[in-house]
Amino acid sequence: MSHTEVIDSKVAWGGGTSPFGAGYGKLMMWFFLMSDALSFTGFLAAYGFFRHNYSAIWPTAENVFTHFPFMHGHQPLIYVALMTFILIMSSVTMVLAVEAGQRMDRKAVIKWMFWTIVGGLVFVGSQAWEWYHFIHGTELGAFELGIGTVEVNGVIEQTQGIIGRWADESKQVLLLPWREVTGDLTSPYLTLEGQALTDALSNGEAVHGANMTRNEYGHPLFADFFFFITGFHGTHVFSGVVLNFIIFVNVLMGTYEKRGHYEMVEKVGLYWHFVDLVWVFVFTFFYLI
Amino acid sequence: MEHSDQPYKYAQHHSEAEGKKTRRMIWNMFWVLLAITSVEVGLGLVWKEWGINFHYVKMTFIVMTIVKAYFIVAYYMHLKHEKSFLKNSIIAPYILLAVYLIYMVITEGNFTTYMDNMF
Repeated sequence: MSHTEVIDSKVAWGGGTSPFGAGYGKLMMWFFLMSDALSFTGFLAAYGFFRHNYSAIWPTAENVFTHFPFMHGHQPLIYVALMTFILIMSSVTMVLAVEAGQRMDRKAVIKWMFWTIVGGLVFVGSQAWEWYHFIHGTELGAFELGIGTVEVNGVIEQTQGIIGRWADESKQVLLLPWREVTGDLTSPYLTLEGQALTDALSNGEAVHGANMTRNEYGHPLFADFFFFITGFHGTHVFSGVVLNFIIFVNVLMGTYEKRGHYEMVEKVGLYWHFVDLVWVFVFTFFYLI
Repeated sequence: MEHSDQPYKYAQHHSEAEGKKTRRMIWNMFWVLLAITSVEVGLGLVWKEWGINFHYVKMTFIVMTIVKAYFIVAYYMHLKHEKSFLKNSIIAPYILLAVYLIYMVITEGNFTTYMDNMF
């Protein structure tokens, strides 16, 4: 029996070549990224679940992350928008490095990989800065209510564990996080003042900053998810910077020039774009919504 | 071993002219991503003042995020131009499992409310 049948490569695999049309390493990188994407999907789905479970008392990111380096006052979203811009920019320099590698342009690969590493380090630094401010908290702090009740729209709600925030520095009015109780966006909080406030203050304690069990900005689960999700993402960014650095050194030494192709740059590039991709989702679900 | 030669075969190369085209695509995509992100941040800052219902704002954010993710995966990660065998074996399992998880969380998410009302 002779093997002379002609196989149409468009509809069937004739053997001898990879049906994926990709090298082993790149293929495995894709499968790893797919499974990693599922992990992050799980985290964000869990975040969404608890957020909706406690939707009335969940803090909003625009009231938590309001700092900008060297500036005072209320600057919601601006710093995280800058971080997002930095990460998108480093994704652009990375894809430019990959493109230069496909033209075997070593100098351009060095240039663009260098800027990618710089962008990554700036991003990790920004995250550290944001963590510092979140852990440290505000000067004013907040107040965690003790056992008691409060009436919200005619319904009696338990106050234990509820975090109230001060309206201003005089500490005369405590804002409770049952949001939009009146349907009026200009005064979206339930307030405690006068005798009710004095009673509440005798039964509870002040909270400063955030950790795994306490969170001055609201529900402790918000802090847990913040540490866990941005921490896991930050770990990815950091290991991405390390991988990029290793490949960068190899490019400098001319390893890929000798090898005849820059596929390694493409592989770390895939990982780096994935890090950016995850941040796109974290940015939306953690900071915007 | 034959296996070790495979990367040479599949590593992508292109000419100066193709490179120019690719770079133009990269920068176009950058402006698109930047524009979407700017609109998101802007909307996040003004929706209260403009009195837009947060439900619509939220849906807009989610749609924009998915559009951004599509551009990154399709163009920057080059998945659009890979062989369909590779494309499908990455996208199909992800979509299947992610949609299933979201479906589960949304439908079974009622359970905690049910428990709260029971006791």
